[in-house]
Amino acid sequence: MKFAVIVFPGSNCDVDMYHAVKDELGEQVDLVWHDADNLDEYDGILLPGGFSYGDYLRSGAIAHMSNVMAAVKRAAEAGKPILGVCNGFQILLESGLLPGAMLRNKNLKFICRTVELSVENNETMFTSLYDKGEKISVPVAHGEGNYYCDEATLAKLKENNQIAFTYASDVNGSLSDIAGITNEKGNVLGMMPHPERAVDELLGSADGLKLFQSIVKHWRNSHVVNA
Amino acid sequence: MYKVKVYVTLRESVLDPQGKAVQQSLSNLGYQGVEEVRIGKYMELQFDDSVRDVEGTVKEVCEKLLSNPVIEDYRYEIEESAKQ
Repeated sequence: MKFAVIVFPGSNCDVDMYHAVKDELGEQVDLVWHDADNLDEYDGILLPGGFSYGDYLRSGAIAHMSNVMAAVKRAAEAGKPILGVCNGFQILLESGLLPGAMLRNKNLKFICRTVELSVENNETMFTSLYDKGEKISVPVAHGEGNYYCDEATLAKLKENNQIAFTYASDVNGSLSDIAGITNEKGNVLGMMPHPERAVDELLGSADGLKLFQSIVKHWRNSHVVNA
Repeated sequence: MYKVKVYVTLRESVLDPQGKAVQQSLSNLGYQGVEEVRIGKYMELQFDDSVRDVEGTVKEVCEKLLSNPVIEDYRYEIEESAKQ
């Protein structure tokens, strides 16, 4: 399986993501600059964390207008797995690929620590190797991770099982403790916690690795004969 | 030439923790009467004469980029300004 890690000016988790895929997951991966307009050769798209365009205007607001996002939208429509982490999640929200928006953390502080997540939905291409309700340890590092949407959208997220991860206890004030959501089709996941920083016990946790392995498993099942 | 002033504010339904902290701080300073503070953004745009539909364009850029309709409202003022 071949992944693209999209790099925007100001991305800073791109190399962590690259390392997670190449060395820990053992799959092919390229760093792809934000002006690319064709992602056809990639089977999965990863939008890393960071501060694209210095978070000017709003987190992810400028990045979502960049060239590559048109190609990301086409990949999403084609059903390819798209994962946005942290700033990558914010970019997916700004681009409309996922519903809702991010507000400043409730306590106004940048929160950087390992938190406990609950796997709400393990029937997605990103979470199939977890158990439902499984508790996993994954780091967060954000100032604007306070997920917000209107009531109708929240009801829809719940009804369609689009909430993939929640915080086991309140971290940043997010509605319903939402840490990660998918689109309706289930092939786009945005999450504030960093699974790419939890792919080896040496990093303090390897709980994030199963997320990447789930993507590969899904891809093999649908693309490789006799998988 | 047109000078456009754009105000972007959080929607009424959205909590503003930053405004709340400022309100608390004002209260600590002795300004008990300040009930609420809401923080927003102010932007100035300069349009040259090549833009035909200034108001339509302002609305468009506000909706596309300058504000996020999920959490923010916008309003604007358009002023005709002499060439510098």
